[in-house]
Amino acid sequence: MHLPGLKLDLKGLPAPIPLSRGMVDAADWSAAALAVAECGGRLVALWGSDRRQGETGNFVISAAYAMQDGMIWLDLPLTGAQSGYPDISGIFSFAGRMQRATADLLGIHAENAADTRPWLNHGAWPVEHFPLRREVNGAACFDGRSLKDYPFVRVEGDGVHEIAVGPVHAGIIEPGHFRFSVVGEKVLRLEERLGYKHKGIEKRFEQLPASEGHRLAGRVSGDSTVAYAWAYCMALESAWNLQIPARASWLRALMLERERVANHLGDLGALGNDAAFSFGLAQFMCLKEDWLRLNKELFGHRFMMDKIIPGGVDVPLDAPLDAPGLARLVAQCELVEREVHQLRSIYDNHAGLQDRFITTGRVVPELAKQLGLTGFAARASGISHDLRVDFPISPYRELGVKAAFHRSGDVAARAKVRFEEILESLRLIRRMASGLPDGEQRVNPDKEMPAGFGAGRIEGWRGEIFVALEIGASDQGEQGNRILRCHCHDPSWQNWPVLEYAVIGNIVPDFPLINKSFNLSYSGPDL
Amino acid sequence: MWKILRQIARNGIRTEPAPQADPDFQSETQRIHQDILDILGQALTIREVDAGSCNGCELEIHAVNNPYYNLEGFGIKFVASPRHADMLLVTGPVSRNMAMALKRTYDAMPAPKLVVAIGDCGRDGGIFGESYACLGGVAKVIPVDLTIPGCPPEPIEILKGILTAVRYGQKKSPR
Ligand code: SF4
Repeated sequence: MHLPGLKLDLKGLPAPIPLSRGMVDAADWSAAALAVAECGGRLVALWGSDRRQGETGNFVISAAYAMQDGMIWLDLPLTGAQSGYPDISGIFSFAGRMQRATADLLGIHAENAADTRPWLNHGAWPVEHFPLRREVNGAACFDGRSLKDYPFVRVEGDGVHEIAVGPVHAGIIEPGHFRFSVVGEKVLRLEERLGYKHKGIEKRFEQLPASEGHRLAGRVSGDSTVAYAWAYCMALESAWNLQIPARASWLRALMLERERVANHLGDLGALGNDAAFSFGLAQFMCLKEDWLRLNKELFGHRFMMDKIIPGGVDVPLDAPLDAPGLARLVAQCELVEREVHQLRSIYDNHAGLQDRFITTGRVVPELAKQLGLTGFAARASGISHDLRVDFPISPYRELGVKAAFHRSGDVAARAKVRFEEILESLRLIRRMASGLPDGEQRVNPDKEMPAGFGAGRIEGWRGEIFVALEIGASDQGEQGNRILRCHCHDPSWQNWPVLEYAVIGNIVPDFPLINKSFNLSYSGPDL
Repeated sequence: MWKILRQIARNGIRTEPAPQADPDFQSETQRIHQDILDILGQALTIREVDAGSCNGCELEIHAVNNPYYNLEGFGIKFVASPRHADMLLVTGPVSRNMAMALKRTYDAMPAPKLVVAIGDCGRDGGIFGESYACLGGVAKVIPVDLTIPGCPPEPIEILKGILTAVRYGQKKSPR
């Protein structure tokens, strides 16, 4: 792997998806971002770490780029008294919020960035307190502080007024604040303010042994617990250079596809409901409930939390996940497939529903590309990335995945992608259940595992989940079982800013529908 | 239209028999409904607040609203405003960034303000604990009547908890 025009010393990490890591200096930091953009690569994540050790070591800012032939992870150590690094939000606009979050957590800044407002720090802890710094005690608390006002961007002009929504929303959904500037019922501008769910997850990771981190990763965003747990375990297994048995990766993929189906089913129902078609909600919610109940029966948890563990999976080796159990999975897929076909034809032929869906919340392919849209929403806007297709690991390699692809970029296209992804996942689940390899489904890591770096990438239902991990020796001297740094990246970082564009020119009452069609995570990026 | 009707007819009624409320009273749908009427003199309305959950608990609260559990059949309804709510269902370890919004939501409710904390996080912060960013449980911010543990608690547990809180609320209410 290389970047045109740059001499980088990259070292491959032992991961199932090609990934190289290397150091750059400040000049190459921006040059690399430009080179990536020019050759059609994407920024996946940006985060900071404190690698100071007494007199040595530095703060480090890191970026992970998705390239055609794999991923490049670049570290820029901030030497001397330097606390700044070159801003790359001019190249990848969505980097802005990640840079602001890094400033809040570590006190290192993107130099000359246009927007330096705090992102995660709402005033609940002092501005000079940087929770991810080494010297900061994880137990430090600041009681009784009041939150600060946030300087939203104001739109001026005749007849323009603001609608403030949140953080507590009308429905049963996650909290965040939306500031609409509107004329009549038409949206001129939306500004999001997130971070309400910031739970200090990254600091919390540093208090857990590496062998326990998958549990926390699985709770970064509960609707993607399988994807996060897998990405974390992939990262840890890459740091430990641990090979998992074939059966384990098949079972992981089986659970990942079940998670994808569950979420798409729920959201398709909710989309119907947001367009005043509650029939859809009732029907899809029944399908989803049946789906989750079978998860519970066969895997032991409705969302399969904590079922992916370092070295493999923690699901029954025989009953209930024996031949008759697997046959039930197949039978359920057949039933759900019939129902989904039926419901799809009802959705497609419902004039009122289609009237709300078509051309609503449109993100055309050029805009999607420019803003870095990712995940299934990108596949509805003419961008065909899907890790299961681009870098198929087992069992996707053996089974082949056909990615959904549409170009119109509206609510209707996102609904179509979801329908198609359900059907493809049902096919995959059937194949996985009938071709599941025999043998071990878990390897036990040695007592002494190597310290070092690891990374994991998984195509969750919403998009790419990425985990970067740095492992060291624990205080008890146990090699390789201490998390020095764990950064979990949610694709919602990329897609939230796109939502701000998607609603422009739409009417306020269509916002819930547009929002639901993306269904972005709050908890995931708030961390 | 006939396709929709056929689909509805084909799927039939999925609602299951009601669970029994804890700890030890036996009740049927009718009886629970009566309880709610006796205690509140009206249907039970619930406002949900996510105070920093991972969204897992929300998924199960959504599930409680699906036809299997038939919540509205008991006269229980989720509402958009705390001013219309008899009960507050709160999830999450209470992130410090949400503490004020949670408190204000609680303040906006009319008495008798039943509060149910959902999940291990709502109980004591769960895996996220207490830190610079989390308060570590709903009771740190507002008085809690009942906690439903689990990660996340299953819909049937949430439903049982809601019914139990209504019962428990009867004891604390002035009537
Ligand atoms: S209790 Fe579990 S499912 Fe609920 S918010 Fe906490 S971590 Fe998520």
